[in-house]
Amino acid sequence: MEPMAEHTVRSYAEELRRLRDMIARMGGLAERQVADAVASLIRRDTELATEVVGRDAAIDVLEREVEDFCIRILALRQPVGQDLRLVIACLKISHGIERIGDYARNAAKRSIVLAQQPAIGSLNGFNRMAAMVQENLKGAIDALVNDDAARADEVWEADEPVDQVYNGIFREMLTFMMEDPRNITAATHLLFVAKNLERIGDHATNIAETVHYAVRGENLPDERPKGDGSAYAVVRPPG
Amino acid sequence: MSHSATSDTTTARPNIGAMQARSGAALNEAKLAIKDLDFYYGAHKALKGIGLDIPARQVTGMIGPSGCGKSTLLRVLNRMYSLYPGQRAEGQVLLDGENIIEPGVDLNGLRSKIGMVFQKPTPFPMTIYENIAFGVRLHEQLSKAQMDERVEWALARAALWSEAKDRLNTSAMGLSGGQQQRLCIARTIAVRPEVILFDEPTSALDPISTLKIEELIDELKRDFTIAIVTHNMQQAARCADQVAFFYLGELVEVAPAGQLFTAPRHPKTQEYITGRFG
Repeated sequence: MEPMAEHTVRSYAEELRRLRDMIARMGGLAERQVADAVASLIRRDTELATEVVGRDAAIDVLEREVEDFCIRILALRQPVGQDLRLVIACLKISHGIERIGDYARNAAKRSIVLAQQPAIGSLNGFNRMAAMVQENLKGAIDALVNDDAARADEVWEADEPVDQVYNGIFREMLTFMMEDPRNITAATHLLFVAKNLERIGDHATNIAETVHYAVRGENLPDERPKGDGSAYAVVRPPG
Repeated sequence: MSHSATSDTTTARPNIGAMQARSGAALNEAKLAIKDLDFYYGAHKALKGIGLDIPARQVTGMIGPSGCGKSTLLRVLNRMYSLYPGQRAEGQVLLDGENIIEPGVDLNGLRSKIGMVFQKPTPFPMTIYENIAFGVRLHEQLSKAQMDERVEWALARAALWSEAKDRLNTSAMGLSGGQQQRLCIARTIAVRPEVILFDEPTSALDPISTLKIEELIDELKRDFTIAIVTHNMQQAARCADQVAFFYLGELVEVAPAGQLFTAPRHPKTQEYITGRFG
């Protein structure tokens, strides 16, 4: 895409750049939180999980900073056009990243509990889900930083496989629970972790939608490809 | 939108009519319809193929950098250019269907239908009362009582009555800048025009007087069709129902204010409103 001409007021351009940097930093932190939360789950590493829980506050602090900075820009620069869209997008995106941080923290808390429980199944699905949502989150943030609507659209279209893995985990966990009630504690926690990852994926998609609007000035269609069918899932008891 | 397809204003002629139609915001039927309008200062072509509808009883804001043609267009709309030899317009400016740039048009009649308010307040060195009555007498024969009524009506509509009613027979030169500008607006509406053209009406005023004029414009659009040229983009955003962006004598984009200031279609508009102009 053709780069936008530079702003006549350099300090204004500098502020908009700084705003993008803040979001990039938040996004980077959140990506790492997601990666570490799942790593702590898979490696049964309660120390790492505790770290993840503790680090969430840093994302919350950044969200506040972004919010204050956006309000300041709105008040003092009265942005219009793409600048206005960028500032509003950053406000929304920072909130989305903050939510992602909360889900990662929650997953880490559960991985502390899970480390005390007998292991069930392989956790490959979690690894795959985490890798996909991280990739999508990174893509969405990169799209914002580079004004790249095409990259945002890719992310927007890439959430379906995440949902499919989630559905697989959902069925797997129900099966474990039916096989042996002693699995229920671990399986329930794992289900929530999977749900957290699935929600993180949805937030990444929302961020991509917001970026698309910020760059293009028009909204993506209401319907996006979705694969989460777990809301309708039932499992029959054996026999 | 592909940037490369529309980044050159001189080759890309956007379909303005389609732009106006697509916008979706409710614009009234056109009071003034400008079609294929070219304007020349001697050999210099200052307006190139302008096509623009000015909707009735709404505010059309005209923005663009100096020399873009927006003030020229305003001068065409009330035939002010006819005072100057060598200046000519080609095309059509239809006021309720009648082409007002035809040679045979009665200019006095036209200017009672299309009034204009200028950048600097221009009160006559007369009393407040006479400032208003003067223009009315050119067009109408009114009794003293009728004239009193008209003066009060015009001052009230211009939100100046309460400040001026006890000093109608004092000189207008004693009013503040903001009051003088409202007096000029009162003088303009006193002849009961259909269209009012504002050429940067607040650029010489302080912020409070500016807001009063903007509030007044909002009031006046219930009865009058308004076109306003302004350098102040926030003013266009605050006042206008639709905004037209001009550049190098061309109409680049016209859209409802809400769209033009959030998601303009044309890269040139984008650059101008966000302050990225070279």
